[in-house]
Amino acid sequence: MPRRTVPLNRLLAIGVLALAVPACSTYDHSHAVYMLIDTSGTYSAEARRAQTIVNYLLGTLQPGDALAVAKVDSRSFSEKNIIAKTTFDRRPSEANNQKRAFKVAIENFAQSVRASTHTDITGGMLQAAEFLNETRAGNKTLLIFSDMQEELEKSTVRDFPIDLKGIRVVAVNVVKLRTDNVDPRRYLGRLEWWERRVRAAGATDWQVINDFDHLERVVALR
Amino acid sequence: MTTNWQSWLFWPDQPALSLLVLVLILLPFMYASRSPVHSLIHSVARAAANALRLASRWLRAGAEELRHRNKVMLLAHAEEEVGERLARDFERAGDIVRRDLQDFPAVSRKLKDEVTRIEEDFRLCGEVPPPPPDWVDAVESVSQIKSGGTEMVQGILEEIHKSVHKIHDKAVAEFRRSYENRHKILRSLLPHWRAAEKLTGEAEAKLLTLEKNAASIDAQMAQYREIANRTDKAEKSLTHSSFVRFFVAGLVMLIALGGAFINFKLIALPMSEMVGASDYLTGSLRTSEVAALVLIFVEASMGLFLLEALGITHLFPRISSMDDRMRRRMIWISLTLLIVLAAIESSLALMRDLLIADKQALIRDLASSSVQAAQPTDRWLVAIPTAGQMILGFVLPFALAFVAIPLEAFVNSARTVVGSCLVLLLRTLALVARVLAGACRQAGRGLVMLYDIPISPLVLAEKAIRGMRTNGVAPPRAAAPRRT
Repeated sequence: MPRRTVPLNRLLAIGVLALAVPACSTYDHSHAVYMLIDTSGTYSAEARRAQTIVNYLLGTLQPGDALAVAKVDSRSFSEKNIIAKTTFDRRPSEANNQKRAFKVAIENFAQSVRASTHTDITGGMLQAAEFLNETRAGNKTLLIFSDMQEELEKSTVRDFPIDLKGIRVVAVNVVKLRTDNVDPRRYLGRLEWWERRVRAAGATDWQVINDFDHLERVVALR
Repeated sequence: MTTNWQSWLFWPDQPALSLLVLVLILLPFMYASRSPVHSLIHSVARAAANALRLASRWLRAGAEELRHRNKVMLLAHAEEEVGERLARDFERAGDIVRRDLQDFPAVSRKLKDEVTRIEEDFRLCGEVPPPPPDWVDAVESVSQIKSGGTEMVQGILEEIHKSVHKIHDKAVAEFRRSYENRHKILRSLLPHWRAAEKLTGEAEAKLLTLEKNAASIDAQMAQYREIANRTDKAEKSLTHSSFVRFFVAGLVMLIALGGAFINFKLIALPMSEMVGASDYLTGSLRTSEVAALVLIFVEASMGLFLLEALGITHLFPRISSMDDRMRRRMIWISLTLLIVLAAIESSLALMRDLLIADKQALIRDLASSSVQAAQPTDRWLVAIPTAGQMILGFVLPFALAFVAIPLEAFVNSARTVVGSCLVLLLRTLALVARVLAGACRQAGRGLVMLYDIPISPLVLAEKAIRGMRTNGVAPPRAAAPRRT
């Protein structure tokens, strides 16, 4: 009597199709994070706190993701302002080594940070947008570690529309200035002005985060 | 909507009165159209009931056909299976007969020799010592002679006495020697008895094994005969065993799935070191995870081919029909691949451990103010989970290889189980359709009665008029034909 065959080939074909159909999705899961650290005036003392966020990012980002940290000084639209940048290797072991090296670079920066006379946040944002768009990552985040008080030199021109399409902007550790304490409306107005500007630039989101206790909640990368 | 409804009322401010009037107007029309409306209701109900009954019949016929096909398939498969089992049992019995009973004539001869020897020895034991010589009687006669105090006689008698004593001692010694010899013979009989007993025991044990096998063959034959006769009893028994096999195989496969899950967890992370951790195949499925799954599936497939080539499972007829040489090659190839894959998995398990340790060290570094070297821990403590993972990584592929056996049982029994469930479903649907057909008929009758309620005064009036026309004598009612 001939044996009856089991249609395993058919089952396999269905399985392959089931895997292949969703595989057509072109969504990029990689993350690119650009962090601006304000070094102007008294805010330069906060650089140590910025390290906490960088360490959190290093612990959270996965192989294949990109991270760059740059300082905000008198004129920030320059590659020279980038303290460290890297795209983590696809292999976890190599990515871990890169993270260690990144951490050392940030530590060295925190120890040798010098206060700048002016604060060019817009220039830093332009530089960040350039970097983030070049990475072609699926998720782009710009962290601005600053009091968001922009003080430009007279000759520096930044009053033009900027392009932040597809970028999520998060302002971190936006401390209140002495004048803000006198009139809180100045602080709120400043944040409102930045939100308007960022949204007008096409950013996907705008957030302000001042609580460091739950970084996993506030800096929601994944 | 309200306006539309109110447009039917003669006096919108008095809806009750309007409705009453409307009903009163409608009643004659309803009475007039009573017969066609009844016919309409009956025909609609009958049409629905007939359609449902037809559907019920069709479903029942379908269920019956499916049951028949299931039966044919089940019995054919069982016939083949039992036939194979019978052939194997016959082969086993043949082996027993060849191995144990082919030297039965030699055993029998040996047993006969032993018995002959025992008989010979027994005969020898039966030999009595020689009787006392005849001259004893003479001595007795002489001893009765009265000496009369004569010295000569006295001397003769004494001589005779001495001789007799001598002869007596000799006879006793002879007698004792004879008994000693018989004892020796009896002692030498003992091993022969034992040998004979052992031979008999061995033969009995072999015959018992054969008897047991014969009983098993008898049972199989009886089952085979029932299957061949296509009896309902055989079908029920086979269906029952199919259900049992289906659930047992399903349970074993669930356990195997658990094993596969652990296997997956062991190799998914280190796979990212090989294929990259940032590639995604689907929205949430990493390439490394798919690669780990593929590796597990390949291992299971190798196990499947190995068991198939060994002749344990019969899922692929092409492999079963291969000649022995090819099958042997296939066994070696699949076994080698399985060992290689198991070794890869074992090394991946080791890599996983290293990666986790590296990640933990990094997190420690990030939490601390400066980069620190990993804290040295007890080597043994670190080595135990690592070794455990490696062993697990090596063993799990082989354990997964055996999933082919429950898989085959599952696939084979699933056909019967699914078929039986379908039959049950069709029968249930048939029953539901039949019940609905009855309900439709009853609903038709109910609607007719409901229709007659408002016009009942008119119907009663009609009856009264008819009664009056026939002078109050009611015509004999013919039995109305029962509607079915």
